[in-house]
Amino acid sequence: MKNGAIPDNINQLNAEERIEFLFNFLALEVLDMRDVSIIGVGTTPFSKHKERGIADLSLEAGRKAIEDAGIDKSKIEALYLGNYAAEALVGQGSLAAITGRNLGLGQIPCTRTEGACASAGIALRESFLTIAAGIYDVVIAVGAEQMSTCSTGVVTSVLAGAGDTTMDNIYGLTFPGFFGLVLRKHMEEFGTTRDQVSCVSVKNHHNGATNPIAYLKDEITVEGVNESRFIADPLTLYDCCPITDGAVAMVLCPSDMARDLCKKPVKVVGSGHAIGTTSILQMESFTTFPATLKAAEMAYQMAGVKPEDIDVVELHDCFTIAEIVDSEDLGLFEKGEGGPAVESGRTAVDGELPINPSGGLISRGHPVGATGLAQVYELVLQLKGEAANQVKNPELGLAHNLGGSGAVSTVHILSKDF
Amino acid sequence: MSGYQKPIPQIDEESKPFWEACKRHELYMQKCRDCGTLRYYPRALCGNCLSSDTEWVKCSGRGEIYTFTVTYQNRGAGFRDELPYVLAYIELEEGVRMMSNVVECEPEKVSIGMPVEVVFEDINDEIALPRFKPLPE
Ligand SMILES: [Zn+2]
Repeated sequence: MKNGAIPDNINQLNAEERIEFLFNFLALEVLDMRDVSIIGVGTTPFSKHKERGIADLSLEAGRKAIEDAGIDKSKIEALYLGNYAAEALVGQGSLAAITGRNLGLGQIPCTRTEGACASAGIALRESFLTIAAGIYDVVIAVGAEQMSTCSTGVVTSVLAGAGDTTMDNIYGLTFPGFFGLVLRKHMEEFGTTRDQVSCVSVKNHHNGATNPIAYLKDEITVEGVNESRFIADPLTLYDCCPITDGAVAMVLCPSDMARDLCKKPVKVVGSGHAIGTTSILQMESFTTFPATLKAAEMAYQMAGVKPEDIDVVELHDCFTIAEIVDSEDLGLFEKGEGGPAVESGRTAVDGELPINPSGGLISRGHPVGATGLAQVYELVLQLKGEAANQVKNPELGLAHNLGGSGAVSTVHILSKDF
Repeated sequence: MSGYQKPIPQIDEESKPFWEACKRHELYMQKCRDCGTLRYYPRALCGNCLSSDTEWVKCSGRGEIYTFTVTYQNRGAGFRDELPYVLAYIELEEGVRMMSNVVECEPEKVSIGMPVEVVFEDINDEIALPRFKPLPE
């Protein structure tokens, strides 16, 4: 059957033939996907913004992104907003519509995306897909979260809700506890050492100290991490990302249009989104996240590149051990090599494969619904040569966002298009 | 027993036989009659083949620690009074894994691979919660 041709006898096809027709029809659509680029980015500082409202944060990021894009805002046709838990944390629902309204975008569709800590990665992907498919030309992606106005106890319990609540909380599983289980197993299985894990925190604090939008500005030593108090042994305080507020936004459009509108457009060349395990009870291994493996495979395949082609990475270091596991799951290092790689400086800003030059979640901070776009914000600056901790001449960047206890992951690969 | 402050498991149709067995201080798991897969936590359908044809089988209650963490920070009601506590992932002899706590043992003596056996804590009139303690040498 010829691709895309609707057969005359469509009503006489049996189920199998109809599926084949549909498959071919969709494959043709995939081939027709348009290239998509980012033409403007904006962010709030990442901090504890206790005196501000979440809608104020998403408005600031959105306004800055539109200004950076230099586009008439009446051209924006849709808004996707990543947010995990504004109802539970600050008593505010409908944040997508509120943000669209506050930005004066008219009556365009505004949609909230939720995938726990990967909510903003999904907002980017939906923006990308709808432009690629030709549904919209100009879309704004936003991510926002406000967490500091609640007590640590409330935040811990809301975050724990990202796991399957049937059984996971009965025995006192917390998010740090989950990564404590992962860290212990990674140490046992691969001989990863306490010092190697601490090097992630040292590196990311060092990077964050010189990133103007990062929340934490203090340097730390390996001994400082090792000797900080236990949160979930073997995980210590400085293995954990801080509770943070912030919002990030970006404007996307077809790459053809982007080259006319913008001096330095950054193209989204690969996008992946997959689910993994939604409860700890489903995990066959504690040293890999299937959601990351699948999302990465999709993104690499779409981009037609391999892990060794990537020049700079922003990945989901909600805890130090997560950076090591993610770097292995993304194929950047062999299993068990993630610890030695960070210890030997290979992932420093001036190393062979810089990881989290922004400071990552550990130092920039982790407003969970904003993080996926904060990672892409950093990569856009890196590819344009405008980052605070500039990596030398990167051509390809990779952003990895992970939600829940491995429930959701998105991976995006970005390329210079100038 | 009325002072139990931690979250209490919700008993539903699927999990009722499990909790009834726990109340008798016995550990039962669901087994798929079609593909033989054991499953925990109780569900209406087999996660492997989606069959609803299920039988209940008794487990030995013995297993070993797959991985664990000692939690020092949890301000949730009930937990904050028991810090630090050991949260562990247990692999039962039958091959099923459960998350639970390791009790009757100093946290610093717990290790991966350590043999453990189930012990039940009666938390109210309906529910006894399976936890694990080191298996005597
Ligand atoms: Zn089955």
